[in-house]
Amino acid sequence: MNQRSRLSLLVVQILIVSLLVALLGRLFYLQIAAGPKYRDAALSIQSRDVVAPANRGLIVDAYGVPLALNKVGLAITIDRIEIDKQADKGVEVMQRLAKLLKLNYNDVYTNTRLCGELPIGERAGCWTGSRYQPIPITKEANPNIALQIVERPDQFPGVDAQPISIRSYPGLVNVNAAHVLGYVGPLTEDDLTKDTGKQYYRSESIGKAGLEIQYDSYLRGIPGIRTLIVDRKEAITRESQNTQPIAGDHLVTSLDIRLQAATEKALADAVMRGRANGYTSDSGAAVVMDIRTGRILALASYPTYDPNAFEKGLTVQQASDLFSEKKAVPALNRALQGLFAPASTFKSVSVVAAAAAGYDLNASYNCPSEVQVGTRAFQNYDSKNQGRMNMKKAIAVSCDTIWYKIAFDEWLRDGGLRPKENPNDYFFKAAQSFQLTQKVGIDLPSESRSRLADRDYKKSWFKQNKDFYCNYKTRATKAQQTPFLIQLAAENCVDGDKVRAGDAVNFSIGQGDTVVTPLKLTQMYAAIGNGGTIWQALIAKAIVKTDGTVVKSFVPNKLGTLTTAPSTIKFLQSALREVIVSGTGAGVFAGFPVEVSGKTGTGQVFGRNPNGTLKDDTSWFASYAPSKKPRFAVVMMVGQGGFGASTSGVGVRQIYEAIFGVKGNKVVPGAAIYPNGKPPTDLPRISPATKPKEAP
Amino acid sequence: MSQIAARQRLYRRKRSSIFHGFDPVLTAAVAALLLIGTLLVYAATRDWYARNGLDPQYYLKRHVINIAIGALLAYGTTVIDYRLLRAYTPIVWGLGVIGLIIVLIPGLGSEINGAKAWIALPGGFQIQPAELAKISIIIGMSMILSERTHDSDEPNSRDVLQALAVAAIPIFFILIQPDMGTVFIISASVVTIIAVSGSPTRWVVGLLLIAVLGGVVATNTGVISDYQIKRLQTFVDPTVDTQGTGYQLRQARITVGSGGLIGTGLFNGPQTNGRFVPEQQTDFIFTVAGEELGFLGSGLIVILYLIMLMRAFAIARRTSDPFGRLVTTGVIAWFAFQIFENIGMTLGLMPMTGVPLPFISYGGSSMFATLIGFGLLQNVHARSRG
Repeated sequence: MNQRSRLSLLVVQILIVSLLVALLGRLFYLQIAAGPKYRDAALSIQSRDVVAPANRGLIVDAYGVPLALNKVGLAITIDRIEIDKQADKGVEVMQRLAKLLKLNYNDVYTNTRLCGELPIGERAGCWTGSRYQPIPITKEANPNIALQIVERPDQFPGVDAQPISIRSYPGLVNVNAAHVLGYVGPLTEDDLTKDTGKQYYRSESIGKAGLEIQYDSYLRGIPGIRTLIVDRKEAITRESQNTQPIAGDHLVTSLDIRLQAATEKALADAVMRGRANGYTSDSGAAVVMDIRTGRILALASYPTYDPNAFEKGLTVQQASDLFSEKKAVPALNRALQGLFAPASTFKSVSVVAAAAAGYDLNASYNCPSEVQVGTRAFQNYDSKNQGRMNMKKAIAVSCDTIWYKIAFDEWLRDGGLRPKENPNDYFFKAAQSFQLTQKVGIDLPSESRSRLADRDYKKSWFKQNKDFYCNYKTRATKAQQTPFLIQLAAENCVDGDKVRAGDAVNFSIGQGDTVVTPLKLTQMYAAIGNGGTIWQALIAKAIVKTDGTVVKSFVPNKLGTLTTAPSTIKFLQSALREVIVSGTGAGVFAGFPVEVSGKTGTGQVFGRNPNGTLKDDTSWFASYAPSKKPRFAVVMMVGQGGFGASTSGVGVRQIYEAIFGVKGNKVVPGAAIYPNGKPPTDLPRISPATKPKEAP
Repeated sequence: MSQIAARQRLYRRKRSSIFHGFDPVLTAAVAALLLIGTLLVYAATRDWYARNGLDPQYYLKRHVINIAIGALLAYGTTVIDYRLLRAYTPIVWGLGVIGLIIVLIPGLGSEINGAKAWIALPGGFQIQPAELAKISIIIGMSMILSERTHDSDEPNSRDVLQALAVAAIPIFFILIQPDMGTVFIISASVVTIIAVSGSPTRWVVGLLLIAVLGGVVATNTGVISDYQIKRLQTFVDPTVDTQGTGYQLRQARITVGSGGLIGTGLFNGPQTNGRFVPEQQTDFIFTVAGEELGFLGSGLIVILYLIMLMRAFAIARRTSDPFGRLVTTGVIAWFAFQIFENIGMTLGLMPMTGVPLPFISYGGSSMFATLIGFGLLQNVHARSRG
């Protein structure tokens, strides 16, 4: 062999060895370095999960009466694997089935298509699950029709009828509770991609609102999974895992279904009463709280919706109504999402402020028809001069001018428009002592934070609106260019960042930019009633397994205590009792056999309704009872409902009648919701068959 | 004295053994590859056939028969007198060319995956003349380049041109089929043989340039058909065609990658049993090794090839016979580039072509040809020991 041949052979050898070594390197990369990635890819190619949803846990009231349970429906399902094998891909069978079920064939066709099989834009109604699950055409079939299908497999190959579990809100004793319970619905892409540390499957239902979403992780249980290994032709080669579904845990709430129903009715009646009296009365909320624990016994919001509509399949109309302004946004839970000026109910805060500022709560004060605040005269309610009275009486008759005077004096003492370095801010601090700007912490989603219009708020407000008011002529619309508004804008531009005399005066009677949720006001009145403890609002009492073992108990959580002197609280309690005895609440509670303490509120609202009318006053009634040994706080608010007493006060009385079992002016023995005067502490036995106790 | 006698007896016994002349390492490596291949062919087909109500050992049985026939051919090639080999070469070459012409005649040749490369025989067997052509080209070129008709020690340009003519005719017909994978492998062998023969360097460089140019021209002028361009495109960008060629390459890569270090175990690969990779008992058989035997098993296959090729290089170095050396380097190049093309395609390093994996893939013609190639190596080895 000559030199050149030898060299060539060596070159060839080196080349070939490098090629094979390159193969080894590539093999190492694919199998070791990128192995896990390819293993996942392979798994998704080979395996198909068939999900058997777990039975969702029940939601029950404090006595075990079901508020949400699972109903057996009769589903007519189509097996895609089966019908695809038919010569016409199941067209004939589906046509026959549509005729039998009185459905549109096109709907049946669309319902049984995987979403990916349909062109984008025509996917409405497509099946979001997999090919391996029976696809439901209806969940509430007539048993006779179902029998026809099961008995004629030759006519309906690939079609089956089977019992299926659907979420149901039975609405015993006409309870609705939609805003508390929420509803369930199909998983969205968002739910699937959201990193919750939980595995969700496309065909499952998931809590969408209220307690259903709040406690979804307990209620949903663990779905059963059959993982099938398929081949290229999607034929099943074997089963790699098969886990049985584990039923979800039950949620015991502190609600009482009868009280909840009564509260809803009282609220709806109050709204109607407001309308009958000529007010717009478009919305409302009512809350009943156990003031010794903060537990919610009833919570209602008006208008409401049917929580069962979601499982039946929401029509486009139903879906758009939920958020329609015209329908007053039924989806909104006003008890914790509605923000309204608290009006005179806020005078309880002013009492605490006055006490802190050193005013003698037992002294007498003037209640003139108006008070001059700077250049402007602030009128008493109805411009009535009520003469000289003690402060208790002033609360009872809801005198405004006494508070104007105190608030204005304190504002001046704090330096007026040129505030001192460390202003006393008795009024703001009093509101803070009630934790006004902290959430009540209720176990429902999307609670709004109440707003305190203090000095910081003014500054941030000014920062956002300075440009608008300082360039009012160019920024505002034509309709806004009235001499009064231009003057106001000029004032706002000069000192909009300051708490002005008018702001301070308005604050003392719960008007202006300070707004609260009905739930926050309930928490505040509960704190007055129980001697100063601020409780976290809580609906859940326990999570209980299907076998009865308690998974989790929810214990009351003390958020804080009122810092004011016990004597001030005592005074407040006596004043709130006086409201019912001789004040603005006297008429409503005349002859009521249980002692109630409370405060009316009639809040002015600025702005117009969509139909152009001026907005009516917010009607408030905040209370607790029994006055001597307080246990329940009841607050009702009716948006644009007019007077506090006549609209909401009557509604609150109606709720107390249910709590204490009052008929006419008498307590009916055994009719009280809580036999020994307090909500139960023991957990109930849970059964979907539990019926509410009936009043004699 | 008695020691010498004993050695002589041993030597005589060795000589008389039918395995006399076989290189033990080379033989062991090839035997191991054949064994692994048999298991892989069985693994690739067993589950699917059983599930479809067919004989799960259908492919296994046929594969074993192919190996048996191939082994006889290898044995024959090993022990044959190489003068006889030379005498038969023109006949084998002629038969190969005739076969290559027959496959192009409609009705006689059968088209599989876009290439008219097979002649169907009774009993479901098929032969692929291109495989026989490989052998005849290697032997034919080696003959021409090793026999001097002139004084020079090295082949001159005339020899090279003659040798190229021997290769060009079959290559032309294979191009028409078209089977670009085989063309690539044969061309690599041709260039290697010419390089090692000591032919003028300008020929080696020139041929390499022609190969590159030819590739470019063929792609641009449509000599390469659409499906081949698609295969090339999907090699560059596997996302171009999600269900066709790109799908196959992606599936192959996923299947190999999912095997990890130790694999899923023989017969237990869900990708293999689900037949997500097409042609998995023939062209894509390496995916079965990748998935079921993991990096250890599939790496072992590459190492066995490496051992086999190293032994073959040793044979090429040791032999004093120029003809033997050229045959050996031709066979080395053939095996090495076919291995690289096949596994490289499976791993996404090479474009997709339909070439089987030597000693492992199911398929009679390929098995026969590669075992004859193995026999040629052994033949040269035996003669070099003298």
